[in-house]
Amino acid sequence: MGSTLRIVNGRVYDPANNVDGKTRDICIKDGKIVKSVPPKTKTIDAKGMVVMPGGVDIHCHIAGAKANIARKLQPDDHRRDVMRRLDLKKINTRSGTGGTVPSTFTTGYRYATMGYTTAMEAAVPPLLARHTIEELEDTPVIDKGFYILMGNNVLLYQMLQEGRHEEIRNAVAWWIDSTKSYTTKLVNPGGDEPWKGHRNATITQLNDKIDGFEQLTPRKIITSMVSAVEDLGLPHPVHIHCNNLGHSGNYKTTLETMKAADGRRIHVTHIQFHSYGGKPDENPTSKAPAIAEYINNNPNISADVGQVMFGKSTSMTADAPLAWMLTRYSSDQRWVNADTECESGCGIIPFAYQEHVYTHALQWAIGLELFLLSKDPWRMVLSTDHPNGGTFTSYPRLIRTLMDKEFRKEQMNSVNQKAVAKIKRAHHMEREYTLQEIAIVTRAGPARILGLKNKGHLGPGADADITIYDEHEDKELMFSAPRYVLKDGKLIIDNHEFKNNHEGKLLHVSPDYDEGIKDVIRPFVEDFYTIKFDNYAVSDNYIHHHEVIPTTK
Amino acid sequence: MSAATETKTEANTKTVENATCTFCGCLCDDMVLTVDVDAHKITKAKNACVLGKALFLSHEEEDRPFALIDGKPATLKEGVEEAAQILTNARFPMFYGMSDTTCEAQRQNVALVDMVGGTIDSTTSVCHGPTGMALQGVGESTATLGEIKNRADLVIYWGGNPAESLPRHFARYAVTAKGMYTPRRKKDRTIVNVDVRRTKSTPVADIFIQVKIGADFELLWALRALVKGRKVAPDIEKRTGVSLETMQDLVERMKNCRYGVLFFGMGLSMTRGRHFNAAAILSLASDLNEYTHFIATPMRGHGNVSGADMVVSWQTGYPFAVNFSRGYPKFNPGEFTATDMFARGDADAGLILAADPGSNFSQYAIDHMKKIPMIVLDPKLTHTAKLAKVAITTSHYGINTGGTAYRSDGVPIELRPCLESKYPSDEEVIRAIYKRVEQLLKAKKKTKSANNKRRKAA
Ligand code: SF4
Ligand SMILES: [Zn+2]
Repeated sequence: MGSTLRIVNGRVYDPANNVDGKTRDICIKDGKIVKSVPPKTKTIDAKGMVVMPGGVDIHCHIAGAKANIARKLQPDDHRRDVMRRLDLKKINTRSGTGGTVPSTFTTGYRYATMGYTTAMEAAVPPLLARHTIEELEDTPVIDKGFYILMGNNVLLYQMLQEGRHEEIRNAVAWWIDSTKSYTTKLVNPGGDEPWKGHRNATITQLNDKIDGFEQLTPRKIITSMVSAVEDLGLPHPVHIHCNNLGHSGNYKTTLETMKAADGRRIHVTHIQFHSYGGKPDENPTSKAPAIAEYINNNPNISADVGQVMFGKSTSMTADAPLAWMLTRYSSDQRWVNADTECESGCGIIPFAYQEHVYTHALQWAIGLELFLLSKDPWRMVLSTDHPNGGTFTSYPRLIRTLMDKEFRKEQMNSVNQKAVAKIKRAHHMEREYTLQEIAIVTRAGPARILGLKNKGHLGPGADADITIYDEHEDKELMFSAPRYVLKDGKLIIDNHEFKNNHEGKLLHVSPDYDEGIKDVIRPFVEDFYTIKFDNYAVSDNYIHHHEVIPTTK
Repeated sequence: MSAATETKTEANTKTVENATCTFCGCLCDDMVLTVDVDAHKITKAKNACVLGKALFLSHEEEDRPFALIDGKPATLKEGVEEAAQILTNARFPMFYGMSDTTCEAQRQNVALVDMVGGTIDSTTSVCHGPTGMALQGVGESTATLGEIKNRADLVIYWGGNPAESLPRHFARYAVTAKGMYTPRRKKDRTIVNVDVRRTKSTPVADIFIQVKIGADFELLWALRALVKGRKVAPDIEKRTGVSLETMQDLVERMKNCRYGVLFFGMGLSMTRGRHFNAAAILSLASDLNEYTHFIATPMRGHGNVSGADMVVSWQTGYPFAVNFSRGYPKFNPGEFTATDMFARGDADAGLILAADPGSNFSQYAIDHMKKIPMIVLDPKLTHTAKLAKVAITTSHYGINTGGTAYRSDGVPIELRPCLESKYPSDEEVIRAIYKRVEQLLKAKKKTKSANNKRRKAA
C-alpha cells in the first residue's frame, strides 16, 4: 500500500511509552506506527484532542454458541435497538440488531465507534471453536481472539488423576493449536461433573473431591493448568473464573485461588463477582479491600473488574450452576442450560441490575472499590464481563464514574443506601482516575496482560489502532464518541462519522507439542465424543485474516 | 483436505475417510467413501445407513444446462444476470430455503437479502420454527449429543420417529450407543416412546405411551403438574388417553433418573398447539432440573437446517422470518414466514436456495410462486425449479463442495467433498449475484440522483 499518515498537535496518552499527555506527532505507514514519515504526508490535525491507542477488551462474550442462543432467546432485546445498513462510498456495512447481545456485525461496528479495536471472547468449548471462528469472521473492524474452556475437560481429568503431567502439557498445546485459540480458561473448575452427573450439584471448596475423580480437586486442576500454560509460554496466563461466583463469602475462595498460583502468573477475571463477604445464602458484604490488597501486594496476579452497570444485562456463562442459582433472583422465567460433551456447561438468563436492590447496589459499589483501591492499574483493568455485568457500550459511563467523583457521589446517593452506607464514606471514594490511568485500564494494561506486544501503545512497530477523542468535561460523552478511529492505519471513524469498513484479524497462538499426544487424545474422542478425531481440529480453511502471536518459549 | 484422509488405493479409485453425510440431522461424520474416479461415482459408503447409502450411491451428476431461463438452456453468466435483474427490480423479494447448503452459502445469502431489503426465511419455519418461538418464551435445557450418549439413563422420544427419519440416532447417540457412564448400552438406559400411534421406533422402547391425537399439550401439562406435586384428576385419562397411573409412573422415573432426555419431533411442533406444545415440553424438562439433570431437545431433519438458524441468528439477532425492508432486521413469524408471504401474495419475486417449497407449500403459495419471477439454486430440477424464471444448477454440498454444517445439537462439522463437479457451488453463485446486484443498485442510484437534479434544475 505504502500509505502514510501523520497525526499532529494531539495530546498523546501512551502509558506503555511513558507519554502522559504531551503533544506529539504520531506517524503511520502501512498500518503500523513508525518513527517518521515524509514531510508531505496527509495529516490529521488533533489540536485540542486526546490521542490514545485503540481500546482492548480482555474479557467479553460476543461470539459463539452461547452468545447465539442468547440472541435467539431474546427478540425483545433487539427490537428497540437496531442498526441500519450503510451505503458508504467504498463499501457497504451490514445491518443488525443491538441490545445486550448484538448481532455480530453490530458488535464489531459498535466496538469501533467507541474507539475499541481489539476484543477477546472469553469462554468457548473447544468442540464448538469452529462456530466461534465463523462468528468472529462476521465481526468486522476489530481484531479478536478467544479462550477455550479447559477447567472441566474430562480427558485432562483422567490424565491429571494419573499424574500424567507431560501429557497434559502436550494436550493443552494440541487443543490451543487445533482450535486456533488464544489461551485456556478455567470456569468453576470441577463444577461440571457434579452438575451434569449428580443431580445439579456443584462444588464449593478448593479441596473438595470431584465427582467420579476421587484424586482430583479444583486446586489440583488450577495448579496443573497454571504449570502447563507456564511451561508452554503462552502469551496470556491461565484466565480463571473462580469457584463460587456470586456467593456470599466467596472472597475466601478467591484468595485461596490466588494463593494456589504460588507466585506464578494467573489472570483472575470479573473479580468483582468474587469479592463478597458474609455467610452463604445471606446478604453479601464488600470484601473489595481484602482482595485489592492481595493483588496490590502480589505482582503475579492480574485481574479485570467485571463491573456491574445498572440496567438490562444477559447472564451467560459456562458456570451452569451459577445461572441456575440466579433463576431464583430473576423475574424473567427464561432459563437456558446447554451441556457440551466432555468439556463444558453453560447457563443463560436475561437479567437486570436495579439501583434499589441491595445486592445489585452492593455489587456495583464493590466494582468501584476495586478500581479505586487498586495501586497498580496495569493489573486491575476494566471490564463488565459483557454482557453479564453490563454491556460494552456502557464503558464510557463507567469511565466517567471513575474519573468524576461528583458524578459518582450522585449515583451513590441514588442507589440502595443500606448497601453503600459504609462504602460511601470510605477514603478511597475520593480518588479520581486520570486520563493516563484510563488509558492504562482500557488499553495499555489489557494489552500487556494479554502479551500483545503490538497493541495498547503508540511506539514504533505497534499496530496503528488509534483513537482520537475531543476533550470534554463530560467524560461519558468524550469516550462514547471519538472523533477519529483508525484500525491498522485505516480511517474507520472520520470526524465522528463511520466512513470505512474493515476486516479485523483473528489473534491466536500455535504452541509446539509432541505429535504423539494425538494417539492419546484420539481414542478418547472416538469413544466419548460424537465426532471423529480427524474432524475435531479446525482446519486452515477457516483462517483468513489472522496473526499467530508467538509464545515466549 | 489432508493427505491422511484421502488415499488413492488404485489407479482409478480413491477413498475419503471421515466424510459427513448430510442427508439427515444426525450428520454422521464417519463415512468412508470409495470413489471410482473415472466413472465419477461413489461406489461404497461404509457406515452409512440406508438413507445415507441412497444419497451417496445414487449420486449422479445429471447433465443439465448451467442455467435455465424460462425453461430454456442458458449460461451461468446469463442466469446470474437475469437473477440480478430480478432482485434489483423487486420491491419485496422473498428468500427461502437454506437447509441443504453450507453455512458459507447461507452467510452470503443473508448478505444479499440485507442489500436488497428483502425478507428471509428458512425451512425451520415449517419444521421447528414453533420450537424456536417456544425457546423465546421459556428457554431450554439442552445438551450436545455426546453428553446424552455418555450420561443419559432415561431417554424419551416424543412425537417423532427417528427409526425412519434419523436412522442412526439410536446407535450413535441415545439407545445402543456406548458412553462413559452407559457402558452396557441399552441395559443402562430406560427408553420411553410417546406418540399418537405405534411407529417403527416403538419397538426400541421399554415403555410405550399412546397419547390421543391432539392431546400432547394436555399430557405434558399434567406431567408438569405432577412434577410440581399438584393434584391431577383421574379423568385426565379421558382427555389424553393416558391413565393417571401411567403418568405418575413416568414422573417418578423422570424425577429419579440421573440424566434424563426428552427428544421431540414434528409430531409436537407441527400439530395442534405447535409452539405451546414445544414450550410445554421445554418447560417440563426445565422443571425437572429441580430434582435431577434433565434435557429437552428437538430432533431435526434436514442436513443443515440448524446451520441456517445459526447464521440468520448471528447476522440478524433472529432465527428465521426476518425482513430487511426498513434497512434493518425485523422479526415476525406469520408475517415474514415464506409460506405466508407467498400465500398472501405479498412477495413480488423469490429466491429459493437449496429447498423445494414447490413440492410442500400450500396450493395458494405455489400458485403465487408461479405468478412472480422466481430464482432457484439447486443441483436438481426440483418442482420449484420447474416453475422458476431462472433455475441455476449448483453442485451438491458435502459431496462436491466443502464448508460447514451444524448438527441439530449445534456441533459444527467441516464437510469433506469427494467428487469434483463442473457446476459452481451455491456460495459462488450467490456471491456472483451479489456482485452484480451491487453494481446495478449503484447505477440505479446514480440515474435516480441525476434525474432528481434535472428535475430540480427544470
Ligand atoms: S443417519 Fe442420517 S446422517 Fe447418518 S448416515 Fe443415515 S441419513 Fe446419513
Ligand atoms: Zn465472562
